[in-house]
Amino acid sequence: MYKILLNISFVLAILILSQENIFANEITEEKDPEHTQSNGEEHKDEGFNPGDFIFDHIRDNYNWHLFSYKGHHVAIPLPVILYSKTQGIVSFWSNKLDHNHTYKGFIIAQEGDYEDKIIEVDSHGEFIARPFNISITKNVTAILFSCFFLIYIFVSVANSYKKRKGLPPKGLQSLLEPVILFIRDDVAKSSIGEKHYEKYTPFLLTIFFFILLNNLLGLVPLFPGGANVTGNITVTMALALFTFFITTITGNKTYWGHIFNTPGVPWWLKLPVPLIPFIELFGVLIKPFVLMVRLFANISAGHIIVLGFFSLIFIFGNMSSGLGLAVSPVSILFTIFMSILELLVAFIQAYVFTILSAIYFGMASEEDH
Amino acid sequence: MELIKPDIGLLFWMIVSFSILLYVLIKFAWKPILNALKDRERSISKSLLAAQRAKDEMAKIEFGNEKITQLAKIEKQNILKEAKELKNKIIEEARENAKLEAKKIVEEARQSVEHEKNQAINEIKNQIAALSVDIAEKIIKQKLGKESKQKELIDDLVKDIDLN
Repeated sequence: MYKILLNISFVLAILILSQENIFANEITEEKDPEHTQSNGEEHKDEGFNPGDFIFDHIRDNYNWHLFSYKGHHVAIPLPVILYSKTQGIVSFWSNKLDHNHTYKGFIIAQEGDYEDKIIEVDSHGEFIARPFNISITKNVTAILFSCFFLIYIFVSVANSYKKRKGLPPKGLQSLLEPVILFIRDDVAKSSIGEKHYEKYTPFLLTIFFFILLNNLLGLVPLFPGGANVTGNITVTMALALFTFFITTITGNKTYWGHIFNTPGVPWWLKLPVPLIPFIELFGVLIKPFVLMVRLFANISAGHIIVLGFFSLIFIFGNMSSGLGLAVSPVSILFTIFMSILELLVAFIQAYVFTILSAIYFGMASEEDH
Repeated sequence: MELIKPDIGLLFWMIVSFSILLYVLIKFAWKPILNALKDRERSISKSLLAAQRAKDEMAKIEFGNEKITQLAKIEKQNILKEAKELKNKIIEEARENAKLEAKKIVEEARQSVEHEKNQAINEIKNQIAALSVDIAEKIIKQKLGKESKQKELIDDLVKDIDLN
């Protein structure tokens, strides 16, 4: 019952915020074409551009856009931290760069190779270089938020375990305990084996809950949520790199033996031309790559589809308002369906990432038999 | 294209914050949680084992009790049987004894009766003898009362005597 309510509230939240944004954008276009022109980041063309609209919602950003009201974008400014060869370390709030302004020689590029990235320009507006950028972007903020959230939740759960020693779980503890046990027993123990699973379980629990939380937050369009963290290839790349490094570091003799001297393969496939070792080594690199792409693609695709359904309303609305109104119930129904599907995908992808990592760890720590 | 191009800055922050997250969660959350879960599982399995053992013990005791009852029953039956046998034996013996005794008594009675009878017969004999003597005496007295008669008799007797 509680879950259904949660679903509905997710969906409603998505509806409300997305529509607000879209309506606001439309008003901007109608009333203030000049502004739209100058604010090319939002709208380059006349009319509603679903591609830009969708892309705007799933990409990383230098500020955290909350909503737009009568052409005014309300956004939380976030710190921009840059290192350039000419100026050294420079730091300022992202709102200095709003509306295509140049600040201290930095501007957000509107086109070219570095579109939507901060570049350094000279006094004539000519491109100098792209600074090393470690800004606290929208995604970084979301990551930090989820880190604090996870630490708060699980440290308090750990404390209740300490306090309620030998007693049955209660409250949040009993909500999370089955999930923790599921990861420990059905993911770690069954994929890695009785002997080594304890070493990897903490990492598997961490990635599972990190991915799950960010998948779910990605579905909530209200402030702490709404950032497309797990649908960002950099984030999934970092997660896959963690899995890759742990696999590589903990890989034992059997693991490397299977790669460079695969047992059960004729010697002529290994010796003059190391064909099998090459394929195996390639497989080692492919595994984290697949992990990275799968999570990124699944989460991004879900977001793109949901946003696509909303775009339909405004594509038809631009033709005639009656058509837009007629399409909107269908769009909303599809969006509700997609959001529920996304909720499922959020769990499935977190699980898949975790179990695949566990299987790779299992390969790395498998003993000779 | 930006969608699939990794960003160095974000990668940097992601790796830093995720490393910190990993460290903090492992140290302050997962270790205590997993240890607590393990302890609890251990204590549960221990208690289950203990319960099983207690159950086995109970079953054993119950089985023992049953066996004891069974044995007691058998013992009771044996005792009863023995008692019955003993009773029968005693009765039999008593009967035998009584028979013997009765026989003996009857025998004794018979002997004493015989004896009494013999005695009585002897007495009767004696009395008859005495009576006969008396009668004979009286007869003789009568017959030999007169002198002639005595003479006659003597004569008879003398006649019979042969002097050679």
